Amino acid sequence: MNSSFILTSADAIQDAILQHESELESLDRAIGDGDHYINMKRGAQAIVEMQPELAALTPDAVLNKIGMKLLSTIGGASGPLLASFFMGMAKVIKEKGNTSITSYASAFSAGVDTIRQRGKADLGEKTMLDVLIPVANQFTALAAQNASAKEISTALKLTAEQGMLSTKDLIATKGRAAGLGERAIGHIDPGAKSCQLMIEAVCNLIQ
Amino acid sequence: MKKFINKTDDILTESLSGFALAHHDLVSLNLNPNYLTRKQKATSKVAIISGGGSGHEPLHAGYIGYGMLDAACPGHVFTSPTPDQMLAAAEAVHADKGILFIVKNYAGDVMNFEMAAEMLPFESATVLTSDDCAVINSTYTTGRRGVAGTVIVEKCVGSLAETGADLQACKALGDKVNSRIASMGVALTSCTVPAAGRPTFDIDDTELEMGVGIHGEPGRRRETMREADTIVTDVVTAILDALKPASGSEALLLINGFGATPLMELYLIYNTATRLFNEHGIKISRSLVGNYTTALDMAGASVTLCLLDDEIKQHWDSPVHTAALRWGA
Repeated sequence: MNSSFILTSADAIQDAILQHESELESLDRAIGDGDHYINMKRGAQAIVEMQPELAALTPDAVLNKIGMKLLSTIGGASGPLLASFFMGMAKVIKEKGNTSITSYASAFSAGVDTIRQRGKADLGEKTMLDVLIPVANQFTALAAQNASAKEISTALKLTAEQGMLSTKDLIATKGRAAGLGERAIGHIDPGAKSCQLMIEAVCNLIQ
Repeated sequence: MKKFINKTDDILTESLSGFALAHHDLVSLNLNPNYLTRKQKATSKVAIISGGGSGHEPLHAGYIGYGMLDAACPGHVFTSPTPDQMLAAAEAVHADKGILFIVKNYAGDVMNFEMAAEMLPFESATVLTSDDCAVINSTYTTGRRGVAGTVIVEKCVGSLAETGADLQACKALGDKVNSRIASMGVALTSCTVPAAGRPTFDIDDTELEMGVGIHGEPGRRRETMREADTIVTDVVTAILDALKPASGSEALLLINGFGATPLMELYLIYNTATRLFNEHGIKISRSLVGNYTTALDMAGASVTLCLLDDEIKQHWDSPVHTAALRWGA
């Protein structure tokens, strides 16, 4: 993973968010408060606009700057959570280096752990973690088995999709849908959906 | 959508600028990062800072001034402000006795204020408001939401801070007041977030949303529209279930409009709610009726009951001079 791959991923993520405007909006209108798409769009745009200043930096510095920018741009719950993810990843890349698929997997897992701690949430609470935790676990397992980048990206896309779909039948116990009780059942969590879209967009870049 | 807008992206800045112009004797506005402070910086007191998504005006900027807040951080519409706003506001109003954040209990607000507190170079404490008793299973979820009762917490804590009380005393009073408040709201129509351009939720002319949140989040259940007295009865019953006040309790009753319900109806609600609380042996000795914690253009209202004691009464009655609340000063 070099800095230019991170910047290409930012473009792909922005495209994926923009292409799913109506879907993200309708999911958030159903069980949230209707601002998720607008916030994600604002965050993605801010990162894409930063590309000139990021291009010359090392990957850990790029990830850290992305985290800080998201923290001051998105707001809501997604802002601190996504910011924590990138800052958590940056820390591991800085410490462990940036050379192997194993180091990418441990950085991804560290990012997900930071989200888990910041949001005080876990698997099964109808949040983005229902996508991120299974993806992190599988990423770690496949990296340990020396799977190829292509095999990993194909598998992670599928796992992300399954995780996203699994939120449909859950009662929310964290996040803004938490007040809804059983009324949230039958609706996919918008944060899980946007995470799945971002993972899919990045995996699609890996040939 | 039919609203007074030039460009959707400019609504917040233009509205904040108008607020600062209209109340130039009371507040100063900083843009990028967005925060408002008192015109005259206070000295040697706990600095009280609140904030949250915009769209709830006059919450929170309307409560900046003597006897209430030192600063407020407005986020985008219905979206928590970000830590850089709180850090800059804290830097501007810090007056040697620490920072007290008053935060409505929503995941986003809690996390953004938490990250700001971690980065802050000053001592700080946080009062989380959680007066909305519409949310069921509160031990199971992230907890009750903070709604209109936040105004009462800000008023009382602001009053105590003016006396030079320390950070822990201010936090303790805030937590106490919050624990003695219960609120519940009813929506008759949806609100429309300007950037989304269409109503947040669909609701038929014959329906109401019982227990709605201040962002138009769904509440307890969708019900059939009916006469006001029976609606208010259900809300009052929910509040009594949550607070379980002893007969003979003295209380403050706040009827809060969500933005598109006229005062005429709010006073009608006040009339019914007072009678119902009286029937349960509760004496309403303080009142507030009006638009104090709105949800953009939603039609509807919330009922808030705060159980009083001598300390809370003293701090509610003390002088306050802000854009939205003013007495005794």
